[in-house]
Amino acid sequence: MDARPKIRVRGLNFFYGANQALLDNSLDIAANKVTAVIGPSGCGKSTHIRVYNRVYALYRDQRAEGEVLLDGENILSPDVDLIELRRRVGMIFQRPTPFPMSVLENVAYGLRLHYALSRDEVAGRAEAALRQAALWEEVKDKLDRPGTSLSGGQQQRLCIARALAVEPEVLLMDEPTSAIDPVATAKIEDLVELLKERYTIVIVTHNMQQAARISDFTAFFFQGQIVEFGPTEQIFTRPRMKQTEDYVTGRFG
Amino acid sequence: MNRRSLRGRKTRDLAVRTLSALAACVGIFALGWILWVVIQRGAAAINWEMFVKSVTPPGVAGGGVGNALLGSAMLVGVAALFGVPVGILAGVYLAEFGRHTRLGAMVRFSANVMMGIPSIIVGLFVFALIVAPMQHYSGWAGAVALAILMVPVVSRTTEDMLALVPNSLRESALALGAPRWKATVQVVFRAAKAGLLTGVLLAVARVSGETAPLLFTSLNSPYWPQSLNGPTANLTVTIFNCAMSPYPDWQRLAWGASLIVTVGVLALNVSSRFMLKRGSGD
Amino acid sequence: MTRSLRGRTGGAQRADALFRALAAGCAVLILAVMAAFFVRLVLSAELSIRHFGWKFFATTNWDPNALEFGALSSIYGTLASTVIAMAIATPLSLAIALFLTEMAHPAVAKVAGNAIELLAAIPSIIFGMWGLFVFAPFMAAHVEPVLAKTWNAVPLLNLIPLFRGTPRGIDLLTSGVILALMVLPFISSVMRDVFLMVPAVVKESAYGMGATTWEVTRRVTVRYGVYGLVGACFLGLGRAIGETMAVTFVIGNSHRISASLLDPATSIASTLANEFAEASDPLYLSSLVQLGLVLFLIAFALQVVAHLWLKRVAKSMGTL
Repeated sequence: MDARPKIRVRGLNFFYGANQALLDNSLDIAANKVTAVIGPSGCGKSTHIRVYNRVYALYRDQRAEGEVLLDGENILSPDVDLIELRRRVGMIFQRPTPFPMSVLENVAYGLRLHYALSRDEVAGRAEAALRQAALWEEVKDKLDRPGTSLSGGQQQRLCIARALAVEPEVLLMDEPTSAIDPVATAKIEDLVELLKERYTIVIVTHNMQQAARISDFTAFFFQGQIVEFGPTEQIFTRPRMKQTEDYVTGRFG
Repeated sequence: MNRRSLRGRKTRDLAVRTLSALAACVGIFALGWILWVVIQRGAAAINWEMFVKSVTPPGVAGGGVGNALLGSAMLVGVAALFGVPVGILAGVYLAEFGRHTRLGAMVRFSANVMMGIPSIIVGLFVFALIVAPMQHYSGWAGAVALAILMVPVVSRTTEDMLALVPNSLRESALALGAPRWKATVQVVFRAAKAGLLTGVLLAVARVSGETAPLLFTSLNSPYWPQSLNGPTANLTVTIFNCAMSPYPDWQRLAWGASLIVTVGVLALNVSSRFMLKRGSGD
Repeated sequence: MTRSLRGRTGGAQRADALFRALAAGCAVLILAVMAAFFVRLVLSAELSIRHFGWKFFATTNWDPNALEFGALSSIYGTLASTVIAMAIATPLSLAIALFLTEMAHPAVAKVAGNAIELLAAIPSIIFGMWGLFVFAPFMAAHVEPVLAKTWNAVPLLNLIPLFRGTPRGIDLLTSGVILALMVLPFISSVMRDVFLMVPAVVKESAYGMGATTWEVTRRVTVRYGVYGLVGACFLGLGRAIGETMAVTFVIGNSHRISASLLDPATSIASTLANEFAEASDPLYLSSLVQLGLVLFLIAFALQVVAHLWLKRVAKSMGTL
């Protein structure tokens, strides 16, 4: 890898109570690239990326050990400011999660959290975020409608716009297309292509074609361990490990 | 761009956290205060005579609330005798037969509504239904009023508990050739035993502390209960009458009875919860 | 050994049919009792309804000797004490529910939650005893004088005679406060359920943007659950309005309407509790039953609205 990695993970272990879910994970996430995380369900891929913005910290029986360096700073150290961390590392979930408010308010929500802005500024930045999320044309006439009134694919792009509005550096996507239809999925995949110019993207997916299509690097997880990590093209065409080969060729999983 | 100050946001967060903790403290403090008062004054009033003597006329020292204790036990016992089977069977209907029927939905709804009807209205209803036509107050009327309060509670918890029993269990009993009633009583009931008992205990706990439905049904009496055919002594109405009287002796009796009622009701309540926890634990 | 499939289980089938009929009968009994409430109370109140007509609701005069009965004072006291109770209990319950679900450490939340639920288990008459002998004197000595002094010292506010008269503790205000403590556990428990219905992933995505707990709560959790919270208040209202013994002990049972919260009043339930057993005249009895009928109809309507409302809320939250 040429550039300095955006995120550097070293010896990450993760526990749900007494159960260890991640074992000694180490990898580098390259800046302004798309990194896909694949593996069979229950292998820890979601758990892994939930460490990057410490959203797991909401639950008291979950804990992480090791090092996760964001621009060289260990985000697991206790004095990290979670609010600032999460502003820099945004997250998109499996199911769209529009808040119970209008389309515009959804996008404005994060903006107003972090910035003191006038109404016009909020509107302007919300529009910019919706444009970035390739949703503006579809919703510009229904900004006052509830976020939940949009279609599933639109809702997911609304969530992306909401995350982008606070200007994160990293965007975590946890199976963002698993709950929406193929056409909407294609739109989101196109969007990911565009977004990587400005953001570092980590995407968990169970859909191997998707990983192959949109990612630059791929990490293959199995039972909490990173079996193989490398350029996507290599993982899918010349995997080094037998397990990886079995998985990407569909022999198990 | 203007960043909002992190410190301000965190201060506001901390303020709200503190306020919410204070609110919880208000509730806990009220509980502590009430319990403390009841225990302190009740313990000062309680002695052996409290349990074995009946209420004496004012001025005559050394009375007790034994008659009321026995009367309350009789009223609650008879109420449970009527209320529990009816409640459980109604719950069986809701969970086993009427889960998706119109009638089931109507019954469920009116049981929910009935649980929120003021208990004094239940007393009024039973007065108009039983006391007025018979032209005298009676323990039976009081027991009926309490039973009416118990039925919706028992039936709703029974339904909830039976609904938790997996269908595979019902099906495997039926697949062995058991008739429906046997499958229900012998298998489903057994699986939901702890939950059913919890519902019954909760209902008993609830009516044991009730006063309003007894005020004009069983009324009260200074004598030991012989039968339920006439006005019947009971703890809660005795507390009401004694507390409202100007006599220190009677007020002492009221505090003693208060302690007995509180300990009884809370013990039933706590043990029912404990039972549910243990039942779901294994 | 094979036997014919026909006929053999006839006995068992009859037993099954009987069991089913028995269960259905008990279920229908609940409906029947519900219906009987209406019929019986209306019949018993008929005399008073015919005698007084609408005047019953328009007069405050309650004179058993002259056989003149007007419900207004009881209705006023019921509503006023309930309004005070809800004004105190609603914000407190909301804060408690938030504390238990969002703010507190799980171990603390468990202990605190159990304590609050125990408060709900304390019988009404015990609240009454505590209220009459401990809390009312406390209010009279420490709370009401301060309130009255503060209120009456503020220009304009002091024109509203909310805190006039001698603070005796036996009054509307004390009743309202005790009622608030009694309904608090019910409201906060429903509110807690509402908050628990908000999907974790929705909260996570708000946290994921760097919101503080309060920011997530105010903008997302509360808004998500707002209809459920309203339903919780309806349920609490239904409880407060018919609460009898605790109020009877401390409201003072006066059939006079006064603007001051420091004056004694009466509620429908406490009028019934105090006077019913001693009423002998048929018109007196019937008037009391009519009072009860009014309370029943209000409480019934509140319960129906609350449950229909909450059912719809649960449904819509389930599909979101």
